[in-house]
Amino acid sequence: MSADATAADVWLLPPRERVGVACLIAAESAMFIIFVVAYLFYLGKSASGPTPQQVLTMPILGTVCLLSSSATIAVAVRALRRGSIRAFAAAWAATIGLGVVFMVGTGREWSRLIVEEKLTPATNLFGTTYYALVGLHALHVTVGLILLTTVLVFALVGAVSRDQAGRVDALALYWHFVDAVWVVVFTTVYVIGR
Amino acid sequence: MEAQTKRTALDVMPVSARETTSRAFGRLHEWVVTVDHKRLGVMYILYALAFFVVAGIEASLIRLQLAVPRNNFVSPQTFNRLFTLHGTTMVFFVGMPMLFGFANYLVPLMVGARDIAFPRLNAFSFWMSAFGGLLLYYSYVGASGLYGDGSAPDVGWFAYAPLTGRAFSRGHTTDYWILSLLVSGVGSIGTAANIVTTILCCRCPGMTLGKMPLFCWLNLVMSGMVLLALPPLTAAQFMLLGDRFLGTHFFDTQAGGSAVLWQHFFWLFGHPEVYILMIPGWAFASEIIPVFARKSIFGYAVMVGATLAIGFVSVSVWAHHMFTVGLPSKANTFFMVSTLVVAIPTGIKIFNWIGTLWGGRIRFATPMLFCIGFLCQFLLAGLTGIMLAMVPFNWQLSDSTFVVAHFHFMLVGSLFFTLFAAFYYWFPKVTGRMLDERLGKWHFWLFMLGFEMTFLTMHIPGLLGMPRRIYTYEPGRGWEIYNLISTAGVGLQAAGVLVFVGNLVRSLGRGKLAGPDPWDAWTLEWSTSSPPPDYNFATLPTVTSRRPLWDRKHPEDPDSVHE
Amino acid sequence: MPIRHLASFVFGVSGAIFAVVVSLIAIAVVRFRSRKGEGEGRGDAGREPAQIYGSNRLETAWTVVPMLIVLVLALTGARVVQALQDPRRPAGALDVTIVGHQWWWEIRYPSLGIVTANELHVPVSDPRAASPTPTWLELTSADVVHSFWVPRLAGKTDLIPNRTNHAWIAPDAPGLYLGQCAEFCGTQHAKMLLRVYAHSREDFDRWVKAQSEPRPPSAMTPGRRVFESNGCVNCHALGGTIANGRYAPDLTHLMSRDTLASGIVPNTPANLRQWLQQPDAVKPGAHMPAMQLGDQDLDQLVAYLLTLQ
Repeated sequence: MSADATAADVWLLPPRERVGVACLIAAESAMFIIFVVAYLFYLGKSASGPTPQQVLTMPILGTVCLLSSSATIAVAVRALRRGSIRAFAAAWAATIGLGVVFMVGTGREWSRLIVEEKLTPATNLFGTTYYALVGLHALHVTVGLILLTTVLVFALVGAVSRDQAGRVDALALYWHFVDAVWVVVFTTVYVIGR
Repeated sequence: MEAQTKRTALDVMPVSARETTSRAFGRLHEWVVTVDHKRLGVMYILYALAFFVVAGIEASLIRLQLAVPRNNFVSPQTFNRLFTLHGTTMVFFVGMPMLFGFANYLVPLMVGARDIAFPRLNAFSFWMSAFGGLLLYYSYVGASGLYGDGSAPDVGWFAYAPLTGRAFSRGHTTDYWILSLLVSGVGSIGTAANIVTTILCCRCPGMTLGKMPLFCWLNLVMSGMVLLALPPLTAAQFMLLGDRFLGTHFFDTQAGGSAVLWQHFFWLFGHPEVYILMIPGWAFASEIIPVFARKSIFGYAVMVGATLAIGFVSVSVWAHHMFTVGLPSKANTFFMVSTLVVAIPTGIKIFNWIGTLWGGRIRFATPMLFCIGFLCQFLLAGLTGIMLAMVPFNWQLSDSTFVVAHFHFMLVGSLFFTLFAAFYYWFPKVTGRMLDERLGKWHFWLFMLGFEMTFLTMHIPGLLGMPRRIYTYEPGRGWEIYNLISTAGVGLQAAGVLVFVGNLVRSLGRGKLAGPDPWDAWTLEWSTSSPPPDYNFATLPTVTSRRPLWDRKHPEDPDSVHE
Repeated sequence: MPIRHLASFVFGVSGAIFAVVVSLIAIAVVRFRSRKGEGEGRGDAGREPAQIYGSNRLETAWTVVPMLIVLVLALTGARVVQALQDPRRPAGALDVTIVGHQWWWEIRYPSLGIVTANELHVPVSDPRAASPTPTWLELTSADVVHSFWVPRLAGKTDLIPNRTNHAWIAPDAPGLYLGQCAEFCGTQHAKMLLRVYAHSREDFDRWVKAQSEPRPPSAMTPGRRVFESNGCVNCHALGGTIANGRYAPDLTHLMSRDTLASGIVPNTPANLRQWLQQPDAVKPGAHMPAMQLGDQDLDQLVAYLLTLQ
């Protein structure tokens, strides 16, 4: 019986939340890859209309903000594991703020592209693939921001404690994924694509 | 005595009816809100069975139309809808839910867990998948669109662009195809994540990955493939929706878009999808054959390795569905080689199953009969697959009834045979009663004979030049007699299925009581009662080998010594 | 043809594999079945057979042998792929462009100035001759994906919009070779039939001469007036008239064809009349609308069309 007890004692399996989010990340990555492939496939094939070189400007500020938000969310999770809810809430709110700045930047870029450069998804192949890829990423950022804000609200009313660190960490993993995807999208659209 | 302020239907019923009705509603409510993996598993399976009958009727209508040349049993438009719905239903609303149902029920039990990793996600995924199926069939009613032009989808189950574009697909037929698959795809991805997490995070103490039943390994690989293969379809479908509604040009050939791109994206999903359908079938065979041959599975580690190899290689073969598209010869050669390569681990698995049979003491109960049929038919299907992999031969065979025969040998002759075996094997565990053996044998022989009549024969018209997806054909091409035989086989298969359904219904009420372990098997689910209690295991088991019950039954020669 | 040889080879290999493995299954099933009194029931723990967990030697053997078979098949296949897909074009080849439409074949001979539909006429090509005369096909589509398939002459090649594919055929005996579209393209995919006529050199030259005679503008017969004043000219082209449409078959030499509506009914006056009056009765779902002509107009139109040799 003692052998069984030892086996049970050291029986450590990965935490569920992590594996679950990892599965989600795997699936989402597969989806993003297809949009990236479509973008690269159609590069240079637009028959008419604006080209990337003509209308795209590098979203430096947005990128810096989004990538920094990975750092702030890591800080937040570490604070939560230590048990300092205040520090957690502050870093978490900073993450949200940085994400919002990124989204505002995207919104302004799109508004410029649509109104001034007359580039819409229906304009040409560049328009189609650009809005699809960047838009899909923006959608994921938005969903992430909604989830992050929900957690922030819970934290502010005092419902978040150290015990939920695992779940909050899983959400942070999702946010890191969103940032990693931005690196890929940025490289595809603003570096390779020009 | 309070005055009743609101009268409900229950109030006007007589008392006895009121009790029965409210108990019935109570039980229905239990099932609707359940998050228990066993109940959800049963719901998946019943749902899939219902659609199996529907898709089977569609197939019968197709065969009736093709029985004789120049037939007008159904109109061309109806025929095109029939084969589109038959394919889409069988793949997404019969195959996937049936396999997810079995995995849902059995994986937690086999790994010694109390439930699946995320029970509420499990319920959500089921209802999404279920809704998807209903959405697809609602298209008969709802797809008319502005011009009264639409009905059920009629673009084929792989819906090639630009036939699915706004210009060529009027009304909302294609939109229903897209939406129903998007919705059920979300459900599939959820369940796949659930299965992966359960296997990686919920195994009982002592059950390392190397001590897990093969069933769990194969479902792990299948679920991993679902996570990676379904999203390309989702992506392509979003692109198609964009083309149809937002004026995007992903597959719009008039604006420089590429029809071939849709094919690449679809088959990037489509080929792994057919392995996703096949692998759980192999999982069933890998559990059932050992028990009825009374021997451990031959070469466990090799079986795991071969399945992983198949999983990996299968994402690199997709363009063997596109050999006639005119890809460069180097590309064609690459995909030919990768398709041939994937046949190697597949063949290894067949040899391992034979190795399990060899030297055993084979009991020919119904599950074993179906497994032997599976072995022979899977072998044949694999060989016709090799023929199709040879590119120049493929240029003659592609898009002909030869291909239709090949994949029906895979999906019916292999997958469905192992599914039937699984039904007979695990029905006692789920319901506590045995299925009738005599009816089971009738089911097997009727279905097998009918299947061979329909699909073995179907190879020949393909070799003689008959294309697929045609609603009729000219006489004088030499195809008539084979089509007639194929149609005749449908009657026998239908009879077999009727016997099967009758067996299911009858045995629910009057089957022999099964007890916990009627087959003298070795995996953890047979250590619980039949059916298992809600919580599966009173105490979580601890295992020391791959066949925990063998160890208990043979303490003088436990597996743990040999592994 | 090379495909036939490859096919026989692959059939042979597959058949041998099938025979061997099925025999193994049969032997296993017969030899190792549990016999009466030997443990049909449960709980006879002492009578379970020897538990063999695997054998590295066997696994290696039945991995290596399939690998070798696959290698042979791959090399053979690759060789034939190259021979068929990347051959050099001989100088004497005939160029034909085929454009797929929903549900008919547009056939053009760019070097000969001929445009026709649904019937492909080619010269025979003797592979052993000094200068063989295969037909080099350029394949594309005007709408959805179709596929060119004449089983006795060649494997399939798809017709894809916005893309040009190439194929070649070289019939070695005169005759009629039947084919049809092999990629689902909509309602009447089943009836998009193709007829390939292989002619001897003289017969082919004669056909070319007949087809390339330009049609001089004929007198304005009543039938021709019906043709030009109804919607026909929006879709069809007819040499010698104002009709220059590209959506529907070229009718200049309509009566030189054996069939109507892409191969599904013989080209007789009665069928022609029926087709004009009610296309949906001949080919349900066809894009040609019923022109709602009165009986007299219809007769005059048919009479006119019958003159188009």
